[in-house]
Amino acid sequence: MKSDPVEMFGYYLQLGVRSLRRMPVVTLLMILAIGFGVAASMTSYAVFRAVSGNPIPWKSSQLYAPQIDNWDPRTLGPGAEPPDLMDYQDAMALMDARTAARQTATYPVSFSVIPNGVISKPFNISGYATYADFFPMFDVPFQYGGGWGETDDRGRAATIVISSKLNQTMFGGANSIGRDIVLNDHAFRIVGVLQNWNPKPRFYDAANTNGFGSEGPDFFIPFTRAMDLHLETKGANACNGQGGVGWDGWLRSQCVWISFWVQLPDAAVLQRYRSFLEGYSAQQQRAGRFNWPPNIRLRNLVQWLDFEKVVPPETKVSLLVSFAFLVVCLVNTVGLLLAKFMRRAGEVGLRRALGASRRDIYTQFLAEAGIIGVAGGIVGLLLTVLGMASLGQVFQPDIAHLAQMNIGLVVLTLLVAIVATVIAAFYPTWRAARVQPAWQLKSN
Amino acid sequence: MIMQITPILVALKRHKAGTILIALQIALTLAIVCNALFIIRQRVEHAMRPTGIDESSIIRIKNEWAKKQTPEQLRALADTDLAVLRQIPGVIDVYATNSFPLSGNGMPMGLTYTADQPNPTTTASAYFADAHTLNTLGLKLIAGRNFRLDEIGQLGPQEMLAPPVVIVTEDLAKAMYPDGSALGKTVYMSPRPSTIVGIVERLQGPWVDNSSAQWSERSALVPFKLDAAPYYLIRVRRDQVHAVASIALQKLYDVNAMRVIDGKDGVRTFEEVRKDAYQKDHGMAVAMTLICASLLAITAAGIVGLTSFWVGQRRKHIGVRRALGATRRDILAYFLTENGLITLAGVVLGSILAISINSWMMGAFEMRRLPLGYVLLGVVALLLLGQLAAFIPALRATRVSPVEATRP
Repeated sequence: MKSDPVEMFGYYLQLGVRSLRRMPVVTLLMILAIGFGVAASMTSYAVFRAVSGNPIPWKSSQLYAPQIDNWDPRTLGPGAEPPDLMDYQDAMALMDARTAARQTATYPVSFSVIPNGVISKPFNISGYATYADFFPMFDVPFQYGGGWGETDDRGRAATIVISSKLNQTMFGGANSIGRDIVLNDHAFRIVGVLQNWNPKPRFYDAANTNGFGSEGPDFFIPFTRAMDLHLETKGANACNGQGGVGWDGWLRSQCVWISFWVQLPDAAVLQRYRSFLEGYSAQQQRAGRFNWPPNIRLRNLVQWLDFEKVVPPETKVSLLVSFAFLVVCLVNTVGLLLAKFMRRAGEVGLRRALGASRRDIYTQFLAEAGIIGVAGGIVGLLLTVLGMASLGQVFQPDIAHLAQMNIGLVVLTLLVAIVATVIAAFYPTWRAARVQPAWQLKSN
Repeated sequence: MIMQITPILVALKRHKAGTILIALQIALTLAIVCNALFIIRQRVEHAMRPTGIDESSIIRIKNEWAKKQTPEQLRALADTDLAVLRQIPGVIDVYATNSFPLSGNGMPMGLTYTADQPNPTTTASAYFADAHTLNTLGLKLIAGRNFRLDEIGQLGPQEMLAPPVVIVTEDLAKAMYPDGSALGKTVYMSPRPSTIVGIVERLQGPWVDNSSAQWSERSALVPFKLDAAPYYLIRVRRDQVHAVASIALQKLYDVNAMRVIDGKDGVRTFEEVRKDAYQKDHGMAVAMTLICASLLAITAAGIVGLTSFWVGQRRKHIGVRRALGATRRDILAYFLTENGLITLAGVVLGSILAISINSWMMGAFEMRRLPLGYVLLGVVALLLLGQLAAFIPALRATRVSPVEATRP
């Protein structure tokens, strides 16, 4: 007698539900175990995915952060890494050489905005001083206008690119190109208004930020203009020994405070740039500025984020521990399913004796496991929602804010629950399908 | 009891898969719980370190001036602000500085014995201080004296920090002069010597991460006022902390509105500062606790489930034993011993696993070596958990009547 496989599968689902209802406590236990395991791993996975993403995947392989050791490596210990920022002298040498396809020196600055109205209080805005190459190099999207040109860099122009948010605050979101904005008594002419642009992590300033701030930078101004205004960095300024005295002394000092990025389109250019850095360092050694052989690094964006430890170790440990937790939940499920299926050895023997094939037994028991998987997935989904809502208790607010519940995560949660349960059911099902028909009938 | 072990082993051989699964689950649980507990302890210990300041009575305000000012103007503005804050009822003392413990930013300085020593002997955090600092922070001076008013200098941005006198923490004093003779001696943090005039018991550095752990207790107070010091630290009578925190902002804006104090975190009690600084540690401890608790609950439930199944499967066997004279106690002992044997196998495997995971994590995540006490604690906890979990179905087994033996 041949029966319709779809109909049979429906029948197996019915059988499964009936069997599960016969042992409600064990069933509930399996569903909860799967639910907890899946929820814990999905929540940590969502956080991990949020912090370990590539902020500019289409270009990251071309973007490199050079490092030059301008500190005495002997004071830093053997195998020491060069500083992750550059001093002014080296950054300017690299800018002037223009060896890369594109290059930019960047550092964080901030201004106070004094509103015209008497009622509102002054507020701070923060942004970056950088070079014209910054915008095409990082594919920065504009709402109005664009970045400034190299002539503005050379001309030390008072131009500015502002965020759409600042444009909203100051100009009500209108096209403000060509208008002036006064920051700390300095006037700047607006040449571009950004679209909402805030790559996470903020790779181009990973040395200063943990990289996941919810607010993007408010503005960008030419680096050369910032130098004329004597704008100090709002980020790290690390000195090995004494810093310089006064503004000029600071620029001449070996204090590091500048992030440097280059775009190197292919392997040949990369090789050329590496030897350029070696050569530059060697030349500094010959000039007596460095008393040590060249100690340089050239990391691409992904290596750089890794080097800067952008993904907090807490996130990785949580991910590992919760996956291990899921494994324990699955081992638990294997044990319980085994108990459950073997208890029905008599039923299997009877069905086998009546002509059911091993394949039928497989389908029947795996369908039953599938039901547990779906139920576990739903419980897991609810717990994941709960977990995501309480992330703020466990991770820093900006990271917690980053991890969001979305359709992808919902599908993944259900999928992981079902697949994991069905995999867990393979061994118990195999054992059940091995039951010999005659033997079982005899013993009963 | 001992007599029962052989038949138990024989019985377990027939339930190989179930036995292995429970033992494996116990092993994994032990390995995870040991390491998670150790992480929790490290994090809690880290977050509990005292700063050395009178935390429950301190408020910090982060203030920036909205307009560019001359150094003279900045000094006058800061003096006015400090005077205004001092007049608020409940305020004990005030000073302005660049940094304070747990603030997350500050000045690490290399310290040497001579001006031309190439490698610093140690790194220390430099805190700008005046004659009010010891009283404001509630620091305990254990040797020497406070700064005199005439020793307090003024420092502009990018001026060389060369203090003629310093007050150091005991830890820093010992790092430079291990024989305890630091008071009155000199150290160099610039080309000019600094004489140690005072030693305070403890003052933690601004950073809480691992990279500065070695010198986190090594701090130096340098007698300078900074032209644009970003922080005001205020010591308040303990019962007035929230009252002062709520009016200080308005008082400052009343005297001068051309300033920026963030509405969200411009004014912070030190308790809030501590909470922010150790948020990661707190979060890790909470997450690990939750996972440990769920893990133990699920493992216990798993043991209950499988033992119940075995009891159900062996009703006839139990009936026969009861009919042949076994007491209820014998039956109970049988199932508890069976569980004990399985758990024992699990914890042996789990201990090895726990130590291997820890040694891997030491390399990958700067973890410390897992003390054996944690493994021991985990072993005892899981043996107890196993016995408790098995007790419920075992009790049910004792209620199996000898009549079961006669049923088909």
